Amino acid sequence: MGQDPLFLGHISIGVVLIVIIKVLLAFVALMVSVMLMIWFERKLISDMQNRIGPNRAGPYGILQTLADGIKLFFKEDLIPDRSERFVFKLAPYLTLIPAFLVFTVVPIGGTVHIFGHTVELQVADPPMGILFVLAMSSVAVYGTMLAGWSSGSKYPLIGSVRASAQMISYEAAMGLTVATVVLVTGSLGTRDIVAAQAGSYFGIIPKWNLIRLGVVPFIIFLIAVTAELNRPPFDLTEAEQELVGGFHTEYSSIRFALFFLAEFMNTITMSAVIVTLFLGGPDGPILFGPSFIWPIIWFLLKTGVFLFAYVWFRAALPRLRYDQLMDLGWKVLIPISLAWLLLVGAMQISKVYGFALFAVFIVAGVALLRAVAVGKESNEVDIVTTFRKESPRRGALGGDQ
Amino acid sequence: MDSLLLSVIAKPDLIVFLAAAVVVIAGGVGVITYRNPVHSALSLVMTMFGIATLFIEQNAQFLAAVQIIVYAGAIIVLFLFVIMLLGVDRSEIFSRERIRAQRPLAAVAGVVTLGEILILGHATWATGAKAATGAVGNSSDNVFKIAQAVFSTYLLPFEATAILLVIAVLSAVYLSKRVVVNVDEALDGPSSDGVAVANEDADREAPWEPDTENDDEVYEV
Repeated sequence: MGQDPLFLGHISIGVVLIVIIKVLLAFVALMVSVMLMIWFERKLISDMQNRIGPNRAGPYGILQTLADGIKLFFKEDLIPDRSERFVFKLAPYLTLIPAFLVFTVVPIGGTVHIFGHTVELQVADPPMGILFVLAMSSVAVYGTMLAGWSSGSKYPLIGSVRASAQMISYEAAMGLTVATVVLVTGSLGTRDIVAAQAGSYFGIIPKWNLIRLGVVPFIIFLIAVTAELNRPPFDLTEAEQELVGGFHTEYSSIRFALFFLAEFMNTITMSAVIVTLFLGGPDGPILFGPSFIWPIIWFLLKTGVFLFAYVWFRAALPRLRYDQLMDLGWKVLIPISLAWLLLVGAMQISKVYGFALFAVFIVAGVALLRAVAVGKESNEVDIVTTFRKESPRRGALGGDQ
Repeated sequence: MDSLLLSVIAKPDLIVFLAAAVVVIAGGVGVITYRNPVHSALSLVMTMFGIATLFIEQNAQFLAAVQIIVYAGAIIVLFLFVIMLLGVDRSEIFSRERIRAQRPLAAVAGVVTLGEILILGHATWATGAKAATGAVGNSSDNVFKIAQAVFSTYLLPFEATAILLVIAVLSAVYLSKRVVVNVDEALDGPSSDGVAVANEDADREAPWEPDTENDDEVYEV
């Protein structure tokens, strides 16, 4: 369980070579898919906004990203005078590396046999699997935070403080939903999570975690991931109207490009993680031809659906306000995911416990909401009466505000 | 050359240990030598990553993940928040010691800790078994072992810690909560006509204003 078959025996040069090849392939694949993703997003959002979008470089403008990349490479690299030089240069890499590392634990296909070794189609399959995803996404805060701070300027600092507060807040909801998946799987390894989702109910409905856990954890995870990625509608980090450009205002040239590379890479890897956790990863029917190719196709198709959804969110939804964002994270998502975690745990023991707990949660939830409303009312009344007693004059209070 | 390469590859434990040890020590030295608090905090992150690598090398994968999530991902981020928001993120010149004899005391504490670790590593008097006996089982039943210990043998201390943490969080929230009062409403009273008109005006003229229900919450990050 959760053990990579590659490392079970003696570690030879062949094994090391296979690992190196896997890392290189994953890196190249991710880079190319980032390039396509940027083109896809620009083209799709143009369609949704009734524009044409990039259409000059290559057929349908598909090479536009390459052209932009080359342009950015040759631009002047500015480092502000008041910046913290070392951290300023370090920050883009701190954003990029976790983005790539998350992808290493995502299973993109089944297993193949190369030179007598059984090779899993994923870069690494550590027993801590999904915890690694959580760890890397919590480390990703550093890049954003240090980029804003080291710029030595106000707007980037505000942007980075917003971003890191947002990422930390939504990590809790994300972790709790991942815990529900781990609870039904009984393992942290990503391959075990995918393997546990194979099969179907009545031969038609797939046994994916999306259906097994009820749809609620999936929705919470999708929202939490969108906030974690700082993508619209949660992109307060780079709210142009308020913050110029957010945490990367002072960046230019290739360092600026690295931030966007990391952002799009994160979008792709997190879509892949959603597919792994809730949609069975590479699970799907094998139709014809070589059997190892179909899981990869299913995986790419499922990931593509989420990439489309992210672009759609951006086109359709207005940006949230900061207090709405925090309310949604702390007061809605975390309580619901916590309750759902307990519910899934109770269902694992027996259905009777589960439904009893469900009823208790509904009653408790209604009672809690009522209690909050009553408390708010009584608080308001209290404040009003005390202020009336203590300071009858308007001027005395006016100075305070 | 080829045989050397083979023998090095065959000993991944040693390579990983050496690399991680260098990272840990470099980070530790960085924490105490950098003048800038932010650089020190970053060195601490480096140390945490080195220790996590050492955990993985000992097959304690769960501990490694928790180390990164809790320490690197949460606690040091909080350190950085405090450093940045308090504006002490500049190099400081420590010409004067705050506590007398701080440096010799720190040296003594360091030596005592080192001695303690060395003794604990070999002694058997704490639990009856050697402290450093190597990896416990294979890497995948690591989580099961920790879960078993925490939820059966040490259930009471574990739950007590959880309650303590909840109390700490609640009291921190209570202590830091500021109540912002709408002055007009407080003076004129909620039932008077003037306020009702004012509220209607506010609704009509400024629809982008945050709704008054949330006015008593001040977000501090």
